[in-house]
Amino acid sequence: MKALHCGTRPRGESDVTRRTLVVGCTDWPLTAAGISPGEPVAVLHAHRVQAATAAARSAGVQRGQRQREAQARCPELGLLRANPDTDARSFEPVVAAVTAFSPRVEIIRPGVVALATRGPSRYFGGDAALAGRITTAVCDTLTRIAPTDQREDRCRVGVADGLFAALLAASRRVVVPPGESPAFLAPFAVTILDRPELTDLLWRLGITTLGRLAALDEHDVLDRFGSDGLGAHRLARGLDERPLAARPARAELTVTTPFDPPAERVDVAAFAARGMAEQLHRLLQRHGLVCVRLAIEAETAHDEQQIRLWRHLDGAFTPAAMVDRLRWQLEGWWHCATPPSAGLSVIRLHADECAPVGEVQPDLWDAHATIDAQVRRTLGRVQGLLGQDRVATAVIGGGRTPGDQVRLVAWGDPREPARPGLPGTVTVRVPTGVEMPPWPGRLPPPAPAIVHANPLPAEVCDRTNRPVGVTARCTATSEPSRVSVAAGPWLDVVGWAGPWPVDERWWDAEQSRRRARFQMALSDGSAHLLAQEDSRWWVEATYD
Amino acid sequence: MTSPRTERASVALSSTVTSAATLTERSDHLLPTTPALRPLLPDGGLRRGTTIGVAGTGATSLGFALLAEVAASGAWCAAVGLGSLGLLAAEHAGVALSRFVLVPDPGAEWPTIVATLFDAFEIVLLRPPTRIGGPLQRRMTARVRERQRVLVVAADDTAGLAPDVKLTGATGVWEGLGWGAGHLRTRQLQVRAEGRRLAGHPRHTTVWLPDTRGRLTPARPVPAPIGRVEGVA
Repeated sequence: MKALHCGTRPRGESDVTRRTLVVGCTDWPLTAAGISPGEPVAVLHAHRVQAATAAARSAGVQRGQRQREAQARCPELGLLRANPDTDARSFEPVVAAVTAFSPRVEIIRPGVVALATRGPSRYFGGDAALAGRITTAVCDTLTRIAPTDQREDRCRVGVADGLFAALLAASRRVVVPPGESPAFLAPFAVTILDRPELTDLLWRLGITTLGRLAALDEHDVLDRFGSDGLGAHRLARGLDERPLAARPARAELTVTTPFDPPAERVDVAAFAARGMAEQLHRLLQRHGLVCVRLAIEAETAHDEQQIRLWRHLDGAFTPAAMVDRLRWQLEGWWHCATPPSAGLSVIRLHADECAPVGEVQPDLWDAHATIDAQVRRTLGRVQGLLGQDRVATAVIGGGRTPGDQVRLVAWGDPREPARPGLPGTVTVRVPTGVEMPPWPGRLPPPAPAIVHANPLPAEVCDRTNRPVGVTARCTATSEPSRVSVAAGPWLDVVGWAGPWPVDERWWDAEQSRRRARFQMALSDGSAHLLAQEDSRWWVEATYD
Repeated sequence: MTSPRTERASVALSSTVTSAATLTERSDHLLPTTPALRPLLPDGGLRRGTTIGVAGTGATSLGFALLAEVAASGAWCAAVGLGSLGLLAAEHAGVALSRFVLVPDPGAEWPTIVATLFDAFEIVLLRPPTRIGGPLQRRMTARVRERQRVLVVAADDTAGLAPDVKLTGATGVWEGLGWGAGHLRTRQLQVRAEGRRLAGHPRHTTVWLPDTRGRLTPARPVPAPIGRVEGVA
């Protein structure tokens, strides 16, 4: 373990926000249900209004209103129960229309999609031109779905830095110039963050707008409001709520299931997806991550392919939520204008973007891993005193030496190992569909209780007081007899084994290391892991 | 050390001695302890509000063994000031790494850090970066007692702190390593307990540390010569 590993997050890079375009279909649940905007109709979820037509709104029906109140305002109001399945299934043509502009379109929820504008804007001549083209394309699609809907604002497109600002930009139908997102966000009331507990407190403290929140010092916000407040502060500053993970989610966070014979029906695939989702969830748990953006790939026996990205805005994907997305996606594909010509041959779930486990994420393996509020507050205070990078937890991964297998992760960052691989030195059962490197040359257990952050220099002599060396064929030149650690007293060797060669990265002149390792037990009862490298001896670890 | 935050912390530290007398003698004042170490401890377990020293051969492993049993009950553990911990060994000993928080380099304000951690952490393993003098020691032990936590100090002379109980690994005998062959497998360790709470009557026991699974289990002592390893030519 090297103390330096702590906080490997590249600071500068993590705060880059992606320029994002958001497309929102106004009152999507109503369009999906085939309601024309002229009828007074509202969609209800848990006895509250989720969406309402223009006619209903002009009669005083509002989002979030109770059913009775809405009916009192507008007695002739037609009521519909919320149906996320229909909403998602009928949204597929809109997603397909936007996918024509960029392959990586993520579905925020049925009715809203987002895409990174970097590539497409350059191709189509700027953000405004891209927004115009997408508006036209989506409006055409909407006209096909609902011919009676001729509202001018049936499709809202906005561009800004980061998803949060882009969502607000879409609701205002504006293109915020690069770098001006904080100024654009500043006048919005803090209630727009949709965190009642936090915003209530902020409001009482006189911090009523996002601009005022953004003006506070980051450390003070963390100190006073904890990680929830820090997330809100980041949003107010036009950043993403959480810094991006240091690496993109690794290839191994993918679960694949082939179908032979091909699956002809959606429910067959959805049944298999349940097991896959749980497997992916377990993989993520092992790394202390949760999935916030899920990629679902489906391939048919005729090599037709459909990939969709699904974003989870408030929280993270549970296995059940993953299965829902897969069912929606496949049903949308099956029922669209150009359905696949053959059964499904492969489906693949991939955790496209991950975040560290949040405070309310229960661990499937370990019910106690729920981070209680007291621990979070305490560590927030310690981080306030010391700095974020100096409070860490460890995560075990692949590697040959006891130190390589451990990575210290700053508290709050995703718990991902430095090298892929499963913990332990013995045979491990690898879940199907996941490849793990085996790391030959690991030492058998026990693991040393002390792994020196800076290896201690040592001297090793044989019976005739000559230094012990290692030949090119990796044998000891003579038997070690006495050892002095860090210029300490000479102690007799009472047992030894080795040399075990470690020849790492021999293909890379800069990083290649060639070492021969020994275990030695000394007359004072101590035992060490020594390494001989370039004719010098080091104590790498101590079996304390 | 003059920021208002530090001052608040030191006020909190010093105003706590009174509550110590109100403790009742009940077994729920014990933290879970591995059975092999119970005979060494005055109350038959890790008593909340006490300080334990670990020293000598196997001090780090003894610290892990104390933490492991507490961690297994779902509590959070922390290690302060130990920059060279073998965390793979900690995991093998049974410490859940996702609930084991490390502050390898606590800096000059380490007493404040430790005092803060006691708000949420049942047990803290500490190697003090500096010696613990008289007033600081009193504040530290008072804080441990007030919060009903356990402080484990891993330093050979316990850095000047007088712990309630000090566990010292005396003689370690490794098995599995030959002369040019084999590899380390297990160790028999004699552990001596002494300290204020034992009133000058040290207790002894012999344990496997690590056993074949990397944990601490009781062992019968073997009459082996001090420091010799079996199978030596």
